[in-house]
Amino acid sequence: MSETAIFEPKIVAYVCNWCTYLGADLAGTNRLEYPSNVRIIRLPCTGRIDFNLIIKALESGADAVVVSGCHPGDCHYTVGNYHARRRWILFRELIGTLGIDMDRIHFAWISAAEGKKFQQTITEITEQTRKLGPYTAYRKLCEASI
Amino acid sequence: MARIGVFICWCGENIARTVDVDQVTKEVAEIPGVRCAVNYKYVCSDPGQAMIRDRINADKLQGLVVASCSPHMHLKTFRAAAKAAGLNPYLVEMANIREHCSWVHHNRDEATAKAICLIRMAVGKVLRNRALDPIKVPLTKRALVIGAGVAGIQAALDVADAGFDVVLVERDPSVGGKMAGLSETFPTLDCSQCILTPRMVEVGQHPNITLHSYSEVESVEGYVGNFKVTVRKKARYVDIDKCTGCGDCWNKCPSKRKLSEFDYGLAPRKAIYMPFPQAVPARPVIDREACLHFIRNACGTCKKKCQADAINFADEDKLVTEEVGAVIVAAGYQLYDIAKAQKNPKYSGYGEYGYGQYKDVINSLQFERLVSASGPTGGEIKRPSDGATPKNIVFISCVGSRDNAKGISYCSKICCMYTAKHTMLYKHKVHDGTAHVFYMDIRAGGKNYEEFVRRAIEQDGAQYHRGRVSKITEEDGKLIVRGADTLAGVPVTVEADMVVLAAAMRPSDGVLELAQKLKIGYDEFGFLSESHPKLRPVETNTAGVYICGACQAPKDIPEAVAQASAAAAKVLVMFGKGELTREPEIAQVNEQLCAACYACVRTCPYNAIDKTEIRDRKGNLIKYTARVNPGLCMGCGTCVAVCPSKSVDLEGFSEQQVYEMVKNLI
Repeated sequence: MSETAIFEPKIVAYVCNWCTYLGADLAGTNRLEYPSNVRIIRLPCTGRIDFNLIIKALESGADAVVVSGCHPGDCHYTVGNYHARRRWILFRELIGTLGIDMDRIHFAWISAAEGKKFQQTITEITEQTRKLGPYTAYRKLCEASI
Repeated sequence: MARIGVFICWCGENIARTVDVDQVTKEVAEIPGVRCAVNYKYVCSDPGQAMIRDRINADKLQGLVVASCSPHMHLKTFRAAAKAAGLNPYLVEMANIREHCSWVHHNRDEATAKAICLIRMAVGKVLRNRALDPIKVPLTKRALVIGAGVAGIQAALDVADAGFDVVLVERDPSVGGKMAGLSETFPTLDCSQCILTPRMVEVGQHPNITLHSYSEVESVEGYVGNFKVTVRKKARYVDIDKCTGCGDCWNKCPSKRKLSEFDYGLAPRKAIYMPFPQAVPARPVIDREACLHFIRNACGTCKKKCQADAINFADEDKLVTEEVGAVIVAAGYQLYDIAKAQKNPKYSGYGEYGYGQYKDVINSLQFERLVSASGPTGGEIKRPSDGATPKNIVFISCVGSRDNAKGISYCSKICCMYTAKHTMLYKHKVHDGTAHVFYMDIRAGGKNYEEFVRRAIEQDGAQYHRGRVSKITEEDGKLIVRGADTLAGVPVTVEADMVVLAAAMRPSDGVLELAQKLKIGYDEFGFLSESHPKLRPVETNTAGVYICGACQAPKDIPEAVAQASAAAAKVLVMFGKGELTREPEIAQVNEQLCAACYACVRTCPYNAIDKTEIRDRKGNLIKYTARVNPGLCMGCGTCVAVCPSKSVDLEGFSEQQVYEMVKNLI
C-alpha cells in the first residue's frame, strides 16, 4: 500500500424498509453520488434493530455503523422508531462501558423523500470514519475476550 | 451443498455502464453455495423471467439472488417467477446494485467491487432463508357498523345489499343520527327527512341487517376477519317485539316532562317516549330517571294502558356477542359546547355570547329543529322565549372553529353553507325579516356551493358582515349584538330578536373510548385517523377496521355518504375473497426458550402477542409463554429487539439472516 492511499472504511447502514431504504433508492434515482463504502441492510423497521446487530457489525469488520429510519411520528408501524430512539438513548450510556467509540455509531432520521439527506449523511460519516482509521481497537478487544 | 442461483441484471446500460457485470458474474460464481451465476440484459423481462424458471428446473435451484434494482421495484416480480417454477417465493432475495450502487457510484472498479459484496451478502442471507407459506386467516363474512347516522346507514345498506350480513349498532333509541333532525339540506334545499327516512325504514326491514338500537359496543376482541364484539343492549323497558308503537303509553304517561334530546331541548317529552314520529324502530323507550315507577314506585300507567303487554319494568341491560370480520366506524359528531363546563375545558368558550343565559340565543342544530316541518313549532320560526316571530335575526359563524385560543384550530367546513341555508329558510318564512351573518371567510368549495351562497346574498338579501362579534347583551327584550365589519372598517351593532351560533363540529362523546377498544388512532381533537390521507382514506392502521363520516373529520352529507360507500366497498373487497392471506414474514416465538417476561407483549404496536400457557394432555401447566397471533402481526420486528432471551425472531429478517449478511461484509 502506498503512503498516499486513503483508508476506505467499511460502513454498515441498518435502515428501515419504508423510509430510509426508499430515501437511498431516491438518492439513486436522482443520481446523487456518495462514497461506495456503505453497505445497506434492509430491515422492516428501526424497532427491529437491537444492540446485538450493531455490535455484530463492528465485530465482523465494520468501521462504523449507521442506524436510520423514519422520522418520529412517521413510522410505518406507528411506534417502532420511538422504541429505536429510546433504546438508542439507553445504549449510548452503555457504549463507553463496552469500550466502543461513540464516533463509530451514528443515528439518523431519513425519510423516503430525503435522498439528498441520505447522500449527505453517508458522505459525512464516510469522511469522518476515514479520518478515524480502521476500527481495529474494538476487534482486538473482541479477540482478547475470546 | 446449497444450490443458489445468482442472476445479474444489466438493466440495459443502467447497471452495466458502471458495474462490470461479467467480472461480477465470474466472481460470484465462486461463492460457496452458488450453483450458477448468469447475467442478462433485462432479467425482469419475459425472456429474463423464463431464464430464471429454466434455471430453477435445470439446476434444481434451492434459492435465488437477483442482483438488479430495488426490491421495492421487482421483488414481487421475481418471487412470482420463482413460484411459477415451483420454488418457494420466500427463497428469493435481491441485491440492489442499481439504486444503491451503479447509479450512485461513478468509479467502475469501486462499483464492481461493491456489487460483488452486495451479492455476497444476499447469498449469505438466502442460505438462511426458509420456505414460507402465506398465512391463511379464516374470514367471517359479516360486518359490524357502529353508528346509524346517514354514514352508518349508507355503509350498512351497501354491505347488506351485496348479500352479506350486517350488524348495525346505534346508541340512541332510533337510527337516523343528526340528519334525521335537520330541516332542509344545502345546496338543493331538499327535505332531509324525505331523503333519509326511507333509508331508515330500509335499514329496519333489511333481511341482512341485524339492528341493535339503544345499544353500545362494550368490548372488541380478535383481529381482521375474526372480531368478537360484545354489544350492550341498554334496558329499554319496552319489549320491541310485542310493542306495536300505537302511542297509548306516551299519550297517557303522567310524568313531569323532560326536554327532548331530539329537539335539543326546545320541546318537552314524556318519561316514556319515542324520539320522533319517524323513528326506526318505531318503539318507545322509558327514561328511568323521569319515570314515576322508578322514582317512587308510584305509577305504572303505561303498563296498564298497553294492550300488547309490552312494558317490562324488570328489563335489564343485555350483553350480546356478535362475530364479525370487519368493522365500520361511523360514530358521527356533536357540537362544540358553547360556554358550558366540560370535562375538557379546552373545548368550551364564548360565554360572551350568552348561550344558555338568553333563551333566544340558540345553536345551529336547534335552529334546524325550529325550521323543520317536524319540529316543535311545526316549521314556523318562533323564538324560544315568547314564541314571537323574530324580525331581525343574527347568525354568527365560526363559534369555536378556527380559533386556537378556544382550543379548535380547524375549520368545521359545513357552517358557511348551512348558515347561508339558514338565512334562506328564514327569509322564505319571514318575508319582512332581515338576516344578518357575521363571518370570518366564506368557504363554499363544492358543487353548486358558491352559487348557493350568492343566492342567499343576492336573491334573499342576507346581510353579510365580515367580522367577529365581541359581545351579546340583552336590553329591553332585544339582543344587542356588537360586532365589526372589517371590510367597511366600522363597528356594527344589530338589535336582534334571535341569534343563532354556528358551533364547531367535534367528534361524538365516547369516540375515544371506542377508538381504544378498536385499537385505532385519533388526532389531538379526537377525530379518528385514516391510514393514509390520500390513498387509504377510509382504512385505519388496524386491519379490518374502517372509518367514515364526521368521526373522521368535519364533513357534509354528500361527503359522509361517499366515504361510507367507500368503506363498504373496502369491506366488500375483503369479503370477495374466500379467506384472508397475509405475508408470512412475521414474528415467531420459540416457545421452548420463552421465559414469559412478556416484554414483547408490552412492546408490540399491534397487540399481536398473547400471553398463553402450554399444558400437557391432562391439563397440567407446563409453562407460560408468549405467542404471536399471525392474523395480527405486521412484521415490524420490534419484539425481536426487546426479547432478552432472543426467543422471538422475525421470518425474513431473522437474527441469523442479518448476521450472515454482516459476516459477508468483506
